[in-house]
Amino acid sequence: MAKRNLIQAITDGLRVALREDRRVLLLGEDVGVNGGVFRATEGLQAEFGSDRVVDTPLAEAGIIGASVGLAVNGMRPVPELQFAGFIYPAVEQIVCHVSRVRMRSQGRFSCPMVIRAPYGGGIRAPELHGDSPEAFFVHQPGLKVVCPSTPYDAKGLLLAALAEDDPVLFFEPMRIYRAIKEEVPDGHYTVPIGKANVVREGRQISLFAWGTMLRVSLEAAELAKQKGWDVEVVDLRTLSPLDRETILASVEKTGRALVVHEAPKTAGLGAEVVALINDGALLSLEAPVGRVGGYDAPQPLFSLEDIYAPDAKRILHGIESVMNF
Amino acid sequence: MNRIDQCQAEGKSLSPALLTEMYKWMITVRHFDRRAVHLQRSGRIGTYAPLEGQEAAQVGCGFALEKRDWLFPTYREHGVSMVHGLPMATIFLYWNGRPEGCISPPGVNIFPIAVPIATQLPHAVGAAWASKLRGEDTVTVGFLGDGATSEGDFHEAMNFAGVFQLPVLFFCQNNGYAISVPLSKQTATETLAEKAAAYGIAGVRVDGNDAVAVYEAVRTAADRARSGGGPTLIEAVTYRYGSHTTADDHTRYRDEAEVNGWREKDGIARLKQTLLTLGVWSEEQETAAWEEADATVQRAIEEMLAAPPVDHNRIFEHAYAKLPWHLQEQRAEMRKLYGNGGGK
Ligand SMILES: Cc1ncc(C[n+]2csc(CCOP(=O)(O)OP(=O)(O)O)c2C)c(N)n1
Repeated sequence: MAKRNLIQAITDGLRVALREDRRVLLLGEDVGVNGGVFRATEGLQAEFGSDRVVDTPLAEAGIIGASVGLAVNGMRPVPELQFAGFIYPAVEQIVCHVSRVRMRSQGRFSCPMVIRAPYGGGIRAPELHGDSPEAFFVHQPGLKVVCPSTPYDAKGLLLAALAEDDPVLFFEPMRIYRAIKEEVPDGHYTVPIGKANVVREGRQISLFAWGTMLRVSLEAAELAKQKGWDVEVVDLRTLSPLDRETILASVEKTGRALVVHEAPKTAGLGAEVVALINDGALLSLEAPVGRVGGYDAPQPLFSLEDIYAPDAKRILHGIESVMNF
Repeated sequence: MNRIDQCQAEGKSLSPALLTEMYKWMITVRHFDRRAVHLQRSGRIGTYAPLEGQEAAQVGCGFALEKRDWLFPTYREHGVSMVHGLPMATIFLYWNGRPEGCISPPGVNIFPIAVPIATQLPHAVGAAWASKLRGEDTVTVGFLGDGATSEGDFHEAMNFAGVFQLPVLFFCQNNGYAISVPLSKQTATETLAEKAAAYGIAGVRVDGNDAVAVYEAVRTAADRARSGGGPTLIEAVTYRYGSHTTADDHTRYRDEAEVNGWREKDGIARLKQTLLTLGVWSEEQETAAWEEADATVQRAIEEMLAAPPVDHNRIFEHAYAKLPWHLQEQRAEMRKLYGNGGGK
């Protein structure tokens, strides 16, 4: 075992996949010689050749559209979008084709691919580089959406995503790409898609978060502890399909809940989690489920990004509102 | 006849005075660019997209346009934007992640920087369309890099421009790379200019390190567009010496020898040589010009550094014309938590 940060864990996961499965190929802008702008594919072209780690022209719709054909015809493409904020030119392909191939062909064809995209703010990048567009894709039937928050999970979820028969969008929290190192096993292992993880046990309120917001939520949970509140923190990990069982079990235990995300609050994934809790655990609730999100304004330039994204203070305020209902 | 005589013979305004003016701008842009890279390295601005090597293309283009013309830039058009009237301090503010950096002054028709590649080109087409519909004598320029020619938006924009015969120029600075991807992996055509043919519009390839040649090419295309002759794709062949941005490391994908080879074709050195040959430039003037550039850039940096802490209310201010209730509530909550001023 080796200690790896999140990006190294992803590189390792990709390497394992390329070694184990001849069908796997990586494609995208700058993924080859350059090893990706975040170095997620570092060294992989040298190891596996330029037919399997492919620098493409600068064309997101082309990359994803070609991946559809590759997948339908027996390959396992892993397209990389440089930043989630540049997924928009490919939305047409993802929504109209990637997600619908199985349905449209009534099972004759499927479209297994893992679309990787770094997402979220916090690295002082230029405009659009910090968007959190996960809700768009959770809204689209036919896709799975995954978002790890630790190196171990990142590799395990990536390998699990590659084994899926459905297309998976894999959002990587770039703010914590290099923030944490932990033991990540060599070789193949998986973390199941569709399973949330209770990362901190608590009795009074459940916090649901993912990706970039997980660590901030844990920070807030510590602050809340000083105020005498015992907070449970759940890392959703898979955003579609949500792990209903774990979410409801947590709320049934604590009786209160708060969802935290960096994306704008309105019609964000938080709203879906609230609805799911209302449907399944209404009678366990001591207070309405709260949401702390980004503001309903475009993700600002970086001088304002720290105040745009929820921080521990804002989450604590959210906890307070739910606790004091 | 050398190129300069030719220009003058064609009645174009490339007088020695204008050439000198252009040259001074090129120096200023280069100095600005180097200082910007240093500011990033010392943590005083964020990620920056350098343009060193492309000054001739940008300044040459800028000089060929009229004040009333419209620019739709990418993130690398600092040179042409300055020439067209965008204050240098504004550009610094932008790279410092500040919303004020997106505002062009009244009367300066420069659209805010487009970060997603090629997406500004259809906008340029639309703006040119409006000019045509209103019968204005205005040209719109959409800027792009070589990589951008791979995006669908580029092709859609070119096609619209051709179909509606719009007064628009697509000014492509082919600097050889889209981050790490060289032109040979971006397109299977030999040139970018030849792509124009497929859309029924004019295509021109010009030495982008020759400010005069760029000036001529843009001037000719703009004149044609103004007189109803339709759009042009201009490929200015040039090179950026530095990395794609300060977050990138070009030594991973480029040879130093290649970079040095291009330095020998430097646009600034070439125009200087022309000025010396014409007998309108001296080493004293050279020194003075660099000193003046330094003072100009220094003033802009000081202006940027003196800006008050960014007002966090700006997150909300321009999200809508009139703030809807939910944003009013969010703003009130933000003020409650973080106060009503600058920063967090
Ligand atoms: C739609 C989109 N995809 C990816 C990116 C990331 N990106 C920024 S600049 C760039 C390369 C652009 O190359 P080119 O068009 O040649 O212009 P240059 O930067 O060389 O001036 C890429 C891939 C982006 N900004 N927008």
